[in-house]
Amino acid sequence: MFHIYCPHCAEHREEEEFHPKGQAHIARPMDPEACSDEEWGDYLFFRDNPRGIHHELWVHAVGCRKFFNITRNTVSYEILETYKVGEQPTITAESLSQDKKMTADGVTVADGGLQTEGESDSAVNTSKEAKV
Amino acid sequence: MSNAQQFDTRPVVDNESEIAVESPLAFSRHRSGAPKAKADTRVTVRERAFLGHLVLRGGAIVLDEALREVVGLGLPGEPLGLVQDEGGKRSIQWISPDEWLLIVPGGEEFDIERRLREALGDAHFSISNVGGGQTVLELSGEAAREVLMKSVSYDVHPSHFPVGKGVTTVFAKSTVVLRRPSEERWELVIRRSFADYLYRWILDAGAEYTIGVEG
Repeated sequence: MFHIYCPHCAEHREEEEFHPKGQAHIARPMDPEACSDEEWGDYLFFRDNPRGIHHELWVHAVGCRKFFNITRNTVSYEILETYKVGEQPTITAESLSQDKKMTADGVTVADGGLQTEGESDSAVNTSKEAKV
Repeated sequence: MSNAQQFDTRPVVDNESEIAVESPLAFSRHRSGAPKAKADTRVTVRERAFLGHLVLRGGAIVLDEALREVVGLGLPGEPLGLVQDEGGKRSIQWISPDEWLLIVPGGEEFDIERRLREALGDAHFSISNVGGGQTVLELSGEAAREVLMKSVSYDVHPSHFPVGKGVTTVFAKSTVVLRRPSEERWELVIRRSFADYLYRWILDAGAEYTIGVEG
């Protein structure tokens, strides 16, 4: 069982109160009419399946019934942070790989096979652009 | 005033008799029984039926203002908060960031809803009378917390669940609003459709403490 921190209730709750709702930060195209079939298909059906850091949408289904985002490691199941919808994650695959480069000066740090090197947070970046 | 239609779910007929209403537990009591409290009873359950339940949604600031004017109670300042008036008859509980549950003595809810709508005017809000859809069970006695510990995954230790707190959580595979209005009492706001199941669950869970049913 996980204890998941709900940013709306401001406390940790049991996992059974929550439901995962898939990838977070999927921005609806600004002008659907102008989308190519491929762009629209990507928006509707295609999701990332990373090994490592993943940003996900969850809902506190038995509780405040609000949606929020979780940054989760898909290998270790570790939940790194939770944040409200509309906010940006402070922990991303890029920020973690940068931390690792700093600590790795002269020391080899095993990365456990995680896709942190060269990984891009394209989904998060896209939603950032969409906001501007 | 918004142009939402309202109707009194419990109208007074001939200015005297109300239309007969039945608690969601009426049949459960008949079928599963209601054991009386005995000398070694350590937990008692009491249904507080026919209260007025209103779900309020909208912005905290406008709702708070209107509630202070109409009910004389403000919204709880914190998430998971529960405030009540001095007699404990009226209470407002935080349910989610834009949703609160107002419970008042039965019969007051229609008038309060009308006055709230007047006070809120054109603000963006919604008020739903859910009194027919849910009821309140009250657990008291020294073993009340032990019955809860068998039934909810939520931590009900007094250090984590002080008086004046209320949460929506999982209770025996169903959903309840669990709240603690005073040191000795715990309240479960349960859905009508789950009432029979939860009543029988509580009787079963409380059997080892010789549970008694009051009221």
